[in-house]
Amino acid sequence: MDRNPRLLTILAVVAVLALALVPLFAERYTIQLFTKIMTMAIFAMSLGLLVSGVGLVSLGHAAFFGLGAYVLALTSPANEGASLWWALPLVVLVTAAVAAAIGALVVRTSGIYFIMLTLAFGQMLFYLFHDAKFAGGSDGRYLNFRPTVELLGSELLSLNDRPTLFYVALVFMVATYGIISMILNAPFGRAIVGIRVNEPRMKALGYNTYAYKLAAFVIAGGLCAVAGFLYATQYRAVNPALFSWRESGLVLMMVILGGLRSRLGPAIGAFGLVLFEETVQALTDHWLLATGVFVIVVVLLLPDGLASLFQRKQPTAAEADDG
Amino acid sequence: MDPLFVSLQILNGIQYGLLLFLIASGLTLVFGILQVINLAHGSFYMIGAYLAFWLTSRTGSLGTAILVGLPLALLLGLAVERLMIRLLYARDHLTQVLLTYGLILVFNEAQRLLFGNDVHGVPVPEIFNASIRLTDTLSYPVYRLVVSAVCLALVFAMYLVIQKTRLGMHIRAGAVDRETVQLLGINIKALSMFVFAAGAGLAALAGMIAAPLSSVYPGIGEHILIICFVVVVIGGIGSIKGAFIAAILVGLADTFGKVLIPEFASVAVYAVMALILLWRPQGLFGRA
Repeated sequence: MDRNPRLLTILAVVAVLALALVPLFAERYTIQLFTKIMTMAIFAMSLGLLVSGVGLVSLGHAAFFGLGAYVLALTSPANEGASLWWALPLVVLVTAAVAAAIGALVVRTSGIYFIMLTLAFGQMLFYLFHDAKFAGGSDGRYLNFRPTVELLGSELLSLNDRPTLFYVALVFMVATYGIISMILNAPFGRAIVGIRVNEPRMKALGYNTYAYKLAAFVIAGGLCAVAGFLYATQYRAVNPALFSWRESGLVLMMVILGGLRSRLGPAIGAFGLVLFEETVQALTDHWLLATGVFVIVVVLLLPDGLASLFQRKQPTAAEADDG
Repeated sequence: MDPLFVSLQILNGIQYGLLLFLIASGLTLVFGILQVINLAHGSFYMIGAYLAFWLTSRTGSLGTAILVGLPLALLLGLAVERLMIRLLYARDHLTQVLLTYGLILVFNEAQRLLFGNDVHGVPVPEIFNASIRLTDTLSYPVYRLVVSAVCLALVFAMYLVIQKTRLGMHIRAGAVDRETVQLLGINIKALSMFVFAAGAGLAALAGMIAAPLSSVYPGIGEHILIICFVVVVIGGIGSIKGAFIAAILVGLADTFGKVLIPEFASVAVYAVMALILLWRPQGLFGRA
């Protein structure tokens, strides 16, 4: 993943500032929609670390999204909100631990095997929660109270307030981007990019590539849990569909559509895809058909994703028309 | 558990496994020869099931439905290969996943537009609509035996084509080394088209003959697709023999999982997969 070109960085800063203004004038529905999109952006960025950082294409990333949401729903007390200070670390740690167990097995493989194995493990978790009575089976579970944010005994933020939740999601999204950028700039990040480009050479240089890939898989799982946490907080309900491979496919689409060469790609993909669906959904019941065609067209016409619209250095006349 | 019950379950497991093999064989060959990961393979199963439902309700006979539907499915397979999949040969797995995922969405919505969200049933053909009574409480439906027999015949035919004919030799060689096969003057494009269409046809045929055993519902293709992925991964990508053994194994694991641990039956298959991959990450017959 390269650094972002300047134009894209400026656009991103402007976009975040514009986003921060949304709750000031937008109606309820729009605030909720953008909170959801930012949750999906975190989800997509965590997968982006795997796909364009390490070069591991996971088709089971929704497993960690679902886990994050379920861990919060299952550990929240029945008659009060869980405190964010312990609930969020718990959600991230439990999910990261599961990611470590699955990752230990799947990062031994690569290519098609990795794609299919992650898909299969995602399905395994789906069925586990689908059939498990303690988790509410196929109906899932309700979260009776949203997590509370208290400091020194008094309430700091109320997540029941829509604009507050919106800003919390915004902060989480920007923080996730910051963490991923830090990881990629650190020696660890250079090493995983090296593994993507040429794993045998990294091995020859003495790197334990298995450990690096596993670590990246665990970090991606842990960050994804934050998205699951936000989802459960916003909707106060979880169900097995969160684990489904459609969800994994959707988030992978966001990452790829956004573009793999840019760190902002996954977030752009999340905004692009959800807003596209939202628009088409208003027009027709068969919006998935439009999504399918949209995906196929982008794959065939824009091999480097939507972000390439902003960073193509010298577009030819025909390509400029597409933009 | 009495031995009769167990042997009936084994029969069920093998029948399911054979059916899985019909679908997974196409999937594994498309990986092996075309080097394309085709998520939309399950859609052909779904299309087969819906063709069986639609044509049977029109013509009144599943046999006629298959005779009319199978060429349609083969043509669709050819068209998809020619218009979409061919563009993916040179692209990476990521692009293939994305494009074939888009195809799934298109096929699923087309199905919803044409047939709606209802669950449909296909009647068992009249001549096979009987059960063999074994004891007072146990009987075995004839149609299941017919399905097993048809699958076995197809497996045998596939074996003959792949092992004993020149075409089969090309297919086997293509799975080992695509470039060399091309250098030897074999038309790999035509071969790829044939393999893809044949795989699509087999998956559709599996959907047709399985339609009377289970209902026909939206999303039917995706469930079977993921199970077939498990089969292909266990067997080793590109290996027909591996796919066969893995399919039977998965069929049995699924059937006995439902009997022994009904609570977590669906997880049993994936647990088997995880164990096998701990032992052999490249699958039973895969090349590392």
